[in-house]
Amino acid sequence: MSETTAPVPLLELDKVNTFYGPVQVHFDLSLTVPKGEIVSLLGGNASGKSTTMKIILGLLKPQSGTVRFAGEDIGALQTPQIIRRGIGSVPEARRLFPDMSVRENLLMGAFTRTDKQAVAHDLDWVLTLFPKLGQRLAQRAGTLSGGEQQMVAMARALMGRPKLICMDEPTMGLSPLFVDRVLELIAAINREGVTIFMVEQNASLALQIAHRGYVLQTGRIVLEGKAADLLVDARIRDAYLGGAEAA
Amino acid sequence: MTSWLDHTINGLIVGNIYALLAVGLALIFGVSRLINFAHGSVYVVGAYIGWVAVAHLHTPLPVTILLVAAGSALLGLLIERFGLRPLQGSTKIAPLLATIGISFVLDQIVQIVFTPDPRALPSQLPDWRFQIGGGTIGALDILIAAIGFTSAVLLFGFLRFTKLGWAVRATAQDRDAARQMGVDVDQVNRIVFAIASALGGLSGLLVGMYYNYIDPAMSFQATLKGVVAEVVGGVGNIPGAIVGSLILGLVESYGIALLGTSYRNLFAFILLVVILVLRPNGLFASKRQLPPEPLTGTFIAPSKPVPLPTPALLAALAVAAVLPLVIAQPYLLQTLTNAWLYALLGISLTLIAGTVGQISLGHAALLAIGGYTSALLTLDLGVPVGLSILAAGFVAAGLGTLLAWPAFRLRGHYVTIATLAIGEIVSLAILNWESLTRGPIGVFGIPPISLFGYPIESARAVYWFTLAILAVLAALQLRLLRSHLGRAWRAVRDDDVAARSYGIALDRYKALAFITGGFAAGISGGVTSHLYSFINHETFNAQLSILALTIVILGGMGNVFGAIVGSVLLIGLPEVFRVAAEYRVLIYGLVLLLLIRFRPQGLFGTV
Amino acid sequence: MPLLEVSGLVRRFGGVTAVGGVDLSVEEGRLVSVIGPNGAGKTTLFNLITGLDRPDEGKVSFDGADITGFAPEKLAHLRLARTFQHGRVFANLSVLGNVLVGAHARLRAARPRLPVLGALGELALALIQPGSVRREEAALRAEALAIIARFGERLLPRQDQPAYSLSYANRRRVEIARALALSPRLLLLDEPTAGMNQTETAEMQALIAELKASGLTILLIEHKLDMVMSLSDEVVVMDDGKVIARGLPQAVRHDPAVIEAYLGHREVGGGAAEKALAEAAE
Repeated sequence: MSETTAPVPLLELDKVNTFYGPVQVHFDLSLTVPKGEIVSLLGGNASGKSTTMKIILGLLKPQSGTVRFAGEDIGALQTPQIIRRGIGSVPEARRLFPDMSVRENLLMGAFTRTDKQAVAHDLDWVLTLFPKLGQRLAQRAGTLSGGEQQMVAMARALMGRPKLICMDEPTMGLSPLFVDRVLELIAAINREGVTIFMVEQNASLALQIAHRGYVLQTGRIVLEGKAADLLVDARIRDAYLGGAEAA
Repeated sequence: MTSWLDHTINGLIVGNIYALLAVGLALIFGVSRLINFAHGSVYVVGAYIGWVAVAHLHTPLPVTILLVAAGSALLGLLIERFGLRPLQGSTKIAPLLATIGISFVLDQIVQIVFTPDPRALPSQLPDWRFQIGGGTIGALDILIAAIGFTSAVLLFGFLRFTKLGWAVRATAQDRDAARQMGVDVDQVNRIVFAIASALGGLSGLLVGMYYNYIDPAMSFQATLKGVVAEVVGGVGNIPGAIVGSLILGLVESYGIALLGTSYRNLFAFILLVVILVLRPNGLFASKRQLPPEPLTGTFIAPSKPVPLPTPALLAALAVAAVLPLVIAQPYLLQTLTNAWLYALLGISLTLIAGTVGQISLGHAALLAIGGYTSALLTLDLGVPVGLSILAAGFVAAGLGTLLAWPAFRLRGHYVTIATLAIGEIVSLAILNWESLTRGPIGVFGIPPISLFGYPIESARAVYWFTLAILAVLAALQLRLLRSHLGRAWRAVRDDDVAARSYGIALDRYKALAFITGGFAAGISGGVTSHLYSFINHETFNAQLSILALTIVILGGMGNVFGAIVGSVLLIGLPEVFRVAAEYRVLIYGLVLLLLIRFRPQGLFGTV
Repeated sequence: MPLLEVSGLVRRFGGVTAVGGVDLSVEEGRLVSVIGPNGAGKTTLFNLITGLDRPDEGKVSFDGADITGFAPEKLAHLRLARTFQHGRVFANLSVLGNVLVGAHARLRAARPRLPVLGALGELALALIQPGSVRREEAALRAEALAIIARFGERLLPRQDQPAYSLSYANRRRVEIARALALSPRLLLLDEPTAGMNQTETAEMQALIAELKASGLTILLIEHKLDMVMSLSDEVVVMDDGKVIARGLPQAVRHDPAVIEAYLGHREVGGGAAEKALAEAAE
């Protein structure tokens, strides 16, 4: 790939405005996720991060603006149709099916697929990425620890063989040990050729594995750029941590 | 001893029938967090499809079963498509109220088409029975057990081994996550409604054959029994629903053996209230969990209430007061008097359901308590009529609050179910407590209204009497709503968690609302009993509770003036246009449905 | 004696331990902040302190008395006020109405005395509305308006608007106004600046500083670090349900464990990130 070609956008949000009842959440939100990259959307609580995820997945419809995936306007599509286009989701707080086994959870990730043999093959493949899950296949997902649940959630998203995985705060509520592991896994998934869009609160963590970052504050993008640049940009802490000089 | 085996078999068979109902309710609750009050109507329609097939088409049994299952499934699909899908995204209680409206409409249509008269639904099976131990089992018993067992096995296989079954389970466990896996939850909803309705219709057919009797009125009881069984097992829990049904069947069967048939339903409802209070998540719920949030939420649409200045209200009152001087026909005055009495019920319910957000479906019980209190006080103790009506208000306030107490710790849909059950318990207590209430015969010869010895008998006098009571109680209620109490009540409605954190003890303020509302409803019931001169346990039935709710939603939840206008419109207009009684209920059901769909804030908005 | 003392608090949900043995104490007149990443268990800790959830183990004392497992309404009468992370306002009540509800526990007309008669007395007082009740109501109304006025143009012009029409930031302000109406002895603020931009955050910071200066005891959950650093007497850092550090803001700020858990790792284990970045650059 030549360095001069602009990256191919896999996902694009263009001037999205979103409302909850009378209250506006997004103001002309625009962002681009190039194919093959990890893009982080950063911001504090109630900045509109998770709502962005809902817009992409079609769980919530914006008042105005367009959402394009692989060049197609997906704004009018329902969530299942959007998933079928090749988007996988790792929801906030994992959201496993608590009374289903780990195996059933993983297979639910392949719900839209009809190629049974390939699914069986992918289950093996996913288990090589997440070897620990192999011993837990029969266990009820609700009884797993937080870190293990996060693994299942990521593996479940992979089972759909998506082009893009959307992750909503994948490190939330995990012990520091697991945070590292999860970030490594995200990078590993990306190396498998899957584009990743992740919403995160923890800027320095997310930016270390990301290629690009956006910072969202009260519904507006206030900062964007290459992850490496943002990492050293003092404004990023100003933007939502409030300018602490620590670290 | 022999009879005990019979009772056990009988209980298990009846439990099996309940299971067909309860499993469907559990399936529907699982995927859409909805307690489907139209389920009993599907059951009735199933029974009537069966009757048409057997009595007119003379179909063989397997074909009858198929026809019933298919017809009921189709009805389920229609209910889902036209009744519930349009309500996606509205407040959580809206679909529940919609199913109540749908059930009104369906039951009335069945009644209009097939007449309210009962019909025989002969079982098409050979009439043999064989002995086991001390009991006997008939062919029909075996058929019912077989259908129950087969359905359970098929359902288990469907949920466990098919892709669609997995989608149903995933949707039930986490609807949003299921959508994010690509599950079409609307399709899941349709499937579930079809399966649940097919089972419900079959249940109706089997009950009809078991008792060789069907009538349109059995819908309501069927819904309640299914709901009881479901709650006992834990809402949304399918194996729980089956076990709950069998428990309910046995409890009823043994109860009847001990005390007689008229106690059957009493056991069911007491079981329901006990379970709701002690183990609201059912008998098989795991230990302490986070409170089940999906069940919260009231039917309050954010709306700007239409403000009505005091002079306008006084002017309206003045117009109402001089009306008898203008209108000559007593019939019209009687109709309006009736409307004022319903308006008293309306301001009572608009306080409890609207201002405090406790959607009560047992409100007719307050009327019944008031009615019986006033009637029995005058007849048995010789208390003068005016005083007896006042006593009716106090007794309804006190007793009503005590009876509703178990519902205070519940939220959302559970309040609705519990109040419905409590209302039924009151009605059944009146039926069975013969020494006090004269049982099924009812109370005859209740003296007409009089005040300080002066009879109030002319249409005009009665009109003024009821209007005056309404005006006074409405004014007092408005006064309360403007005090700190009104604020505390609305806070409980809008967010009970935040309300508690600011010192508003829920029990206390819900009790105060029931005391206030119970008083108005009790007075209404008291006056009614003297106007009718005869009341029995069916005078104040559950339909009245639902009519009251329709009145309140029409006027705007919590809106005192709205409740009065709603009552005039819903009671007065059909009377003026002389709509036949069976079409009236149909209209009430349709009005309820249309309001929920198109104007949930009612005419005057929520206050 | 500290005003609030929490010891050994544990709360588990299914396989996840949300709060795993937390100790905490807040002296009268001080401001203690709890920081930590999302999901660290901060809000669960608040819920355990304020009676919305019961701990599996551990003890909470307020002013020397054991209040573990007390119902929230009882805690309100001890004048322990809190705000909620997602802004639990009373949607159909006006701004003024919301703030007045905050003062509910102070109303003489609403004091719980005798179990049944107290409630009936309250009903009677509300019906009759004698002079004393009307005066109390008028005084509270004036006080509520004064509290709203502290938020200036943000809330004052909207005092009669229903809360559902407010922006997220304004709902947070209403929540704090409501809490102040209780004239609390202890104020628990759960992310009071969530959803606010820099200007709004600065305003809120000034307000909290003012409250602290007036002697109010505050327990604060917050993510915006410079606000935490400038306001707090003590900072408690939570991660994965446990306290991983505590102390003066300056000390905590340079604690390596805190930097690691809260602010992020300089190096993600095994250098996977570097590898990923390197690959991307290729």
